[in-house]
Amino acid sequence: MNLKVPEMITEEKLVMLYKQMWSIRFFEEKVDEFFAKGMIHGTTHLAVGQEASAAGACAVLEERDMITSTHRGHGHCIAKGAEVNGMMAELFGRTTGYCKGKGGSMHIADVDKGNLGANGIVGGGIPLAVGAALTSNMKNKGYVVLCFFGDGASNEGSFHEAVNLASVWNLPVVFICENNQYGMSGSVKEMVNIEHIADRASSYGIPGLSIDGNDIMEVMNTVDEAVKHARGGNGPTLIEAKTYRWKGHSKSDAKKYRTREEEKEWRDKDPIARLKEQLIAEGILTEAKARQLRDEAKREIEDSVEYAKNSPEPSLDTLMEDIYA
Amino acid sequence: MREITYLEAVREAMTQVMQEDNDVFILGEDIGVYGGAFGVTRGMIEEFGPERIRNTPISESGIAGAAIGSALTGMRPILELQFSDFITIAMDQIVNQAAKLRYMYGGKAQVPMVLRTPSGSGTGAAAQHSQSLEAWVAHVPGLKVVQPATAYDVKGLLKAAIEDNNPVIFYEHKLLYKTKGEVPEEPYSIPLGKADVKREGTDVTIVATAIMVHKALEAAGKLAEEGIEVEVIDPRTLVPLDLETIISSVKKTSRLIVVHEAVKRGGYGGEIASSIAESEAFDYLDAPIKRLGGKEVPIPYNPELEKAAVPQTEDIIKAVKETLNKKIG
Repeated sequence: MNLKVPEMITEEKLVMLYKQMWSIRFFEEKVDEFFAKGMIHGTTHLAVGQEASAAGACAVLEERDMITSTHRGHGHCIAKGAEVNGMMAELFGRTTGYCKGKGGSMHIADVDKGNLGANGIVGGGIPLAVGAALTSNMKNKGYVVLCFFGDGASNEGSFHEAVNLASVWNLPVVFICENNQYGMSGSVKEMVNIEHIADRASSYGIPGLSIDGNDIMEVMNTVDEAVKHARGGNGPTLIEAKTYRWKGHSKSDAKKYRTREEEKEWRDKDPIARLKEQLIAEGILTEAKARQLRDEAKREIEDSVEYAKNSPEPSLDTLMEDIYA
Repeated sequence: MREITYLEAVREAMTQVMQEDNDVFILGEDIGVYGGAFGVTRGMIEEFGPERIRNTPISESGIAGAAIGSALTGMRPILELQFSDFITIAMDQIVNQAAKLRYMYGGKAQVPMVLRTPSGSGTGAAAQHSQSLEAWVAHVPGLKVVQPATAYDVKGLLKAAIEDNNPVIFYEHKLLYKTKGEVPEEPYSIPLGKADVKREGTDVTIVATAIMVHKALEAAGKLAEEGIEVEVIDPRTLVPLDLETIISSVKKTSRLIVVHEAVKRGGYGGEIASSIAESEAFDYLDAPIKRLGGKEVPIPYNPELEKAAVPQTEDIIKAVKETLNKKIG
């Protein structure tokens, strides 16, 4: 293979990642459709267009490694190995959902599998990642924590406190800032006075790398280096994956703060199309196989909807359960 | 029995649990060689080392989150915040993360941690270092709230709090740190949610928390000289609250006064008073329930103003007499 990828990334794994990115996209599009139709309530934040950073970053992890996620977290969940059935059931508020219908879109977690959860508070999960990394060190567990957050969160105090803490304690965390250019309506150009959020790493004496977040190869290679660095006891890294969310911030967003031209520019950098092109050029994938994988992913999402719809609503008796351990 | 201070009892509880359980560690600002702002962890870094007596940057939100994240993944952290006023800076992590993770995740996670922090006025530290904000956290489902008043209680309650699988906010009153009491050397637990009748009486029930337990007991002693028998109940934990013990006392005495140092408006005394008003004990009341609490003012610096801002023994005596002179119907 001519593609430069980390050693654990086989051709099979690349094919799997191609399908996984479609799973993320179809999951999000299905959720978008249901919200538009009023079939599921609450709100949702979709990661269409950001598939490469989730899939690429999680691809280089070992099973024991952990992640913390954000309100825009469905992609991270799928990439960390969550079942789409349980995810969709959670969005439908059903008992078979990851949180038994108590968490919804913003709180899907699977702690036993190392997914410490999405988070409804911008920047709220960053200190939690540091705590999980502290456990790794104190108990000699050897796992690394991948901490996803957005450009908006990089302006929160919790980000700075957490990165400082991880750096002075030399903890095995990889901070991944998915810079999708907007914190709700706030353009990163208006809200951050530097070109690259990764430059903030220099304040904490840790490596900071700004990469093309729509190029899964670059994501995998960079995160792999950072994970090895962390696992080797060399402390945290801050990676900024520049990307773009194709959809609005949440379901109610008219996207008045950006132009349709800008959206088109980024759609042309579609991370899934780019991977497909690379894999076909490499002879790892054919057009027919690519279509088949895409269709499979789509069908699995359709199946997850059936699963969710056929799952039971929680009994009202469960309302007061699970507050205290 | 041996007497030690409240502060020593806190340290002893942590030390004994840490000797047994390697998952327990302490993190906080200046808790290392300095020994903590009030000296509670003095000597502990020498025994347990800097990994388990973990000195942190001044980052209340960051260290609260780190405690929660470590608890979520198998540790049992004790987070020391230097002053309970600083919980404001850690509030997102405490209220939106620690309290809610278990529920949001459908019961598939737990956050076994203790946030220990000194509260209360009386040291001249003024408005930002003297508050009693326990009602804020008691309001949030998912947290437990403890306010020990004696050396004996603080040791047993802290052990129970550390062994609890939930986030526990543990208020230590600064003025109680130097008070002494009989404390067994061996480890023991006092279950969270069990009130203690600190003095038995028949004429009026006073429910008091933290330092007000001592003021209520002092008032009860003076009133006894006048033939008035006051029952003093210390709930010890606000969440869970042992309402049963308060109800049975009120059924016996037919009169209730609730006293705490926290500002009366929105204070936890209102919760206790209304819980009694809603309970079977209501029919037994011979006088309206009376609440004593801090005045609605930031804690001032001047010592006389500072004292005037919170209930004193004389205020409690006066309240008892007023209650005894009042009748319903």
